[in-house]
Amino acid sequence: MSAAIAGLVFFASCKKEGKEPEFNRNDLAPLSIEFDNIVGGTNLYLNSTTYTNAAGEDYAISLLQYYVSNIKVYKADGTEYVVPQDCSYFLIKEGDVASGSALVNVPEGDYSRLVFTLGVDSLRSTMDVDRRTGVLDPASGMDEGMYWGWNSGYIFFKMEGLSAAAPVDGSGQNKFRYHIGGFGGYSAPTINNIKEISIDLSQAGVAKVRKERKSNIHLMADIAKVMNGPTILSIAANPTVMFSEFSANIAANYATMFSHDHTEN
Amino acid sequence: MILLLVGVLVLASCKKEIIDKVAEFAGFHKPANFPEPAYHFDTNPVTKEGFELGKKLFYEPRLSRNNTISCGSCHIQTSAFTHHGHDVSHGIDDRLGKRNAPPIMNLAWHTGFNHDGGVFDLDMQPIVPITTFEEMDETLENVLQKLKAHPEYPKLFAKAFGSEAITSASVLKALSQFMVLCISAQSRYDSVMRNEAGFTAEEMQGYELFKQKCASCHQEPLFTDLSFRNNGIGIGFNGDAGRYEITLNESDKYKFKVPSLRNLKYSAPYMHDGRFYTLDAVLDKYSTGMRYVQNIDPALDKGNGTYGIDISNEERVYLKAFLNTLNDEHFVKNKLLSE
Repeated sequence: MSAAIAGLVFFASCKKEGKEPEFNRNDLAPLSIEFDNIVGGTNLYLNSTTYTNAAGEDYAISLLQYYVSNIKVYKADGTEYVVPQDCSYFLIKEGDVASGSALVNVPEGDYSRLVFTLGVDSLRSTMDVDRRTGVLDPASGMDEGMYWGWNSGYIFFKMEGLSAAAPVDGSGQNKFRYHIGGFGGYSAPTINNIKEISIDLSQAGVAKVRKERKSNIHLMADIAKVMNGPTILSIAANPTVMFSEFSANIAANYATMFSHDHTEN
Repeated sequence: MILLLVGVLVLASCKKEIIDKVAEFAGFHKPANFPEPAYHFDTNPVTKEGFELGKKLFYEPRLSRNNTISCGSCHIQTSAFTHHGHDVSHGIDDRLGKRNAPPIMNLAWHTGFNHDGGVFDLDMQPIVPITTFEEMDETLENVLQKLKAHPEYPKLFAKAFGSEAITSASVLKALSQFMVLCISAQSRYDSVMRNEAGFTAEEMQGYELFKQKCASCHQEPLFTDLSFRNNGIGIGFNGDAGRYEITLNESDKYKFKVPSLRNLKYSAPYMHDGRFYTLDAVLDKYSTGMRYVQNIDPALDKGNGTYGIDISNEERVYLKAFLNTLNDEHFVKNKLLSE
């Protein structure tokens, strides 16, 4: 009899934890989105490891950084929560543990879809300098600077490294540099490399966001895709890609690099 | 008794000086014959403290890597804030840039900055010279550190912005507060427009010719319509594609921002690469030396296969007389803007 009661109590408490709380925009809980940079089937190690791209060129990566922003989460029934924009800008930096995840607060609930922007939206890109704080501060970073002074705007995705396929540059190194940006232009339309990424979480694990827990959506960013498709890049042909029409190819490539590996709830 | 008298006199003159100084700072004032400014004063109102801080920063060589180059090094007041006699400027370590330093003049009315308009907010413009290899070759982060370590700056920032915290935004906004007060609106032309004086007969003829032949691009009262055009001077040796580098638009190749014609007496050499050292050289180009170049402005197409603007020798004399009325001695001597 007591076992049965114990069993009932047990089942009752399990069900209570698993039950999705009522959606309340004022009741926020932590959610982290981890950006795990890999190259094909292996982890990404800066400088030390050589990878090979689809064009057959060997390369090592010395720097990898990108902006993630405008995070939105969706429940299965379509309910949307948009993280307030001022709290929704992150600079993911390979090699810096503290900059490997985006930490936000969203209402308690089960989320089956995640949407974010890779880059900085055009509205923020044209806002008063007072609104450019934290990772958006033009002063942040030294050589890692993610802001183009001469053509006002942010570098959304920055990847640099060494490859025998790259010609020797002014510093004497066989270096390739991809600085991808372009928010569409202020007074005249120009290239727009802002990418919105939508991740389905239902297959590999919905995010169960609860106040007393820290749900972590573990995403993989396959950096091999930056060079390997849809447009196959050749470092020899394009060792330096910055503000140019060609940059759209690289942006289209990295827009496909994210996948959802699992979620820790 | 004499000492007392002297004392009173000294005090009286001191007081007068102080009163004069306080009365002098009037903040941003739109000249009567100018349109509404474009600058966002609502997010960066000009105050005396902000202006003074901005001026100090403008002449501060610590903005450069080795503390030798300030904004004032290439933007010299006596040359209307251009780099006197330099076609392109030399910055840190004698490195040469590729363009002519434009004047810090009437920028509160501008909607785009630099010859190619790559910067659309004046607050963001100083980032360019500070971080450019050939100019100051520094990082904003280092600048902030140097200013924070300086004995005077934290207090000046506190006076200007209410906090000793020195941030990118406060440095940039202080600089803007200085730049927007670099106003040139006291030339002879301005006096005439405000009905305070009259043109001579020669100047009047020049003005009429100007309105016919030049005003479509060099619109009054700024003497630029702020658009990007190719004025047919020909592609420079360095192939500078101007506005194209910002928009990647083929039709923007070799177009540059129409410069103001104010203060030409002080701002030679002329054009984005400073290739013309005299006004006569410029007028020679327009009147007899112009050839087709990709994207040459339609206003310069004479329709019969030739390009340029017909200006006879006599007309040139009148035109130059008029252009001379655009020189503003007060601007280049205004102590308010001096180092």
